[in-house]
Amino acid sequence: MSDRAWVATRKGLFELRRGGDGWRIGTVSFLGEPVTAVLPPDPDAPARPMIAALNLGHFGVKLHASENRGETWEEVATPAYPPQPPDAGDDVEWKLQQIWALAADGDDVWAGTLPGGLFHSKDAGRSWRLNEALWNDPRRHEWMGGGYDAPGLHSIVLDRRREAPAGLRILVGVSTGGAWSSDDGGASWTLVGKGLRNEYMPPERAYDELVQDVHRLAACASDPDVVWCQHHNGIFRSTDAGRSFVEITDVPLSSFGFAVAADPNDPQRAWFAPAVADLCRVPVDAAFAVLRTDDGGRSFRVLREGLPQTHCYDLVYRHCLQVGSDGRTLMMGSTTGSLWASADGGESWQAISTSLPPIAAVALER
Amino acid sequence: MPRVIFTQQLARFTEVPEIDAEAATLAQALDAAFARNPRLRGYVLDDQSHLRRHVVVFVGGRRLRVRENLDVPLAPDDTVHVFQSLSGG
Repeated sequence: MSDRAWVATRKGLFELRRGGDGWRIGTVSFLGEPVTAVLPPDPDAPARPMIAALNLGHFGVKLHASENRGETWEEVATPAYPPQPPDAGDDVEWKLQQIWALAADGDDVWAGTLPGGLFHSKDAGRSWRLNEALWNDPRRHEWMGGGYDAPGLHSIVLDRRREAPAGLRILVGVSTGGAWSSDDGGASWTLVGKGLRNEYMPPERAYDELVQDVHRLAACASDPDVVWCQHHNGIFRSTDAGRSFVEITDVPLSSFGFAVAADPNDPQRAWFAPAVADLCRVPVDAAFAVLRTDDGGRSFRVLREGLPQTHCYDLVYRHCLQVGSDGRTLMMGSTTGSLWASADGGESWQAISTSLPPIAAVALER
Repeated sequence: MPRVIFTQQLARFTEVPEIDAEAATLAQALDAAFARNPRLRGYVLDDQSHLRRHVVVFVGGRRLRVRENLDVPLAPDDTVHVFQSLSGG
C-alpha cells in the first residue's frame, strides 16, 4: 500500500502524502483548473504515465500525463468523437464534455465520458479510439441525462484475471443507462444488471435494465465476480460480474448515495456514504456517517468517529470514496471540499482538510 | 494578408501564434494557425470542428454568429480576433 494519494478538485489536483502523523497535502498541480479524473501511477505498469483529465470549460477537455508522479506534466492527446453523421438521428452531440472515469490494465487505458462514450488507449494514453461497438448500439439512444444534461459513463471495471486485450472482461456503468458487460475486450456488449430496480420510471419499467440509474459500480479486486452497485434508489450486490444483482434491504440511515468502495480482498465488505434522498442530498440529520457491511450486505455498521456530527452538509460524489489495496486505508472527499482519511477500515477518520475546492475524485496509489 | 490574433488567455495552456495568413476564409486562416501549433485546434474547435461554445470570433471588429460553417470570406486587410469568455467561482 503506497503512502500517496491524489485528489482531483474543481480548482486543481492535490497530492497527498502519508507520514507518521497522518496525511498531509503535498504539491498542487493545475491550480485553478477543474480536474475531473486522475489515474495514478502503477508500479505494475512502469511504462504508463500518471494521467490527469482537465475540463477547461470554454477550451474543452484536456489530458495531461506525468512521468514523474506529478512533478511535471505534458499535454497529451485528448479523446475525440468521430464526425457525427448528419443522419445519425442522435439527440446527443458527438462532442466530448468531460472525462468522468479513468481505468487501466497495464498500458491499456480506458476513459469514460459525458456524453456517454467509452474510449480506449492501447499505448498508455498517447492515442485514443472511441469504442464504437457500445457507442453504435441503438439502445444507447435510450440513455438519459442524470445529474448532467447528457448521459455519462462513470464506472469502468476491468477484470484482470482475463488476458488483455482480446479476452478482457469489462463492466461499465452509465448514469442513466444501466450496466453493460463485454467478455471480448469491448468488441461486443451485453446489457446486464438483471434485478436492478428503479423507483423513478413508470412501474412497468421498474426492472428495465436499460433505464437503471447506476451511480457507481465497484468490484472486489480479488474476486471480481462480486460487484457492488450504489444505485439512485438503492444498494445492490452481484456475484456474477454484474449479470444479475440482488437488492440489499434494511440499510440503516439511507440507501441513497453516490459512492461505494469494495474491499479488494474481502468480497463481503464494502463502504457507502449515504445522504438523505435524491430530493435532499445532505447527510441524515446533518451528521456524517459511513456505512460498512462485513457480511455481503446482510448487516451494516454506522461509522461516525472523527466525522462531523453537527451541521454537516457534505456530499460524497461517486468517485470520492476509495479503499486502498490493504483494505484498511480509506480516503473520502466531498463536494464541499472536505477530505477525510481512515487507517482502520473506517472505524475512525481524520480530517485532512475541510476547505479544499469541491472534490471530484480521490485515488489512492496501489 | 488577414491577421489572426488569439486571446492571451490561451497562452496559459499552449503556444499562441499571431500570424498573417495566406487565407481567403476564416477556416483557412485558423488552419494556418493550427499548422503552426496543432495543439491549438482543440482549444478553439470541438470534436465536430465547430467553434467551441464560449469561444467567439471577431472579423474586422464584427462578432461572427456562425459556429459550424467557418468558410467565411476574409478580406486581405481583415484582422481576426479569437476571444473567449471567462467564468467560474
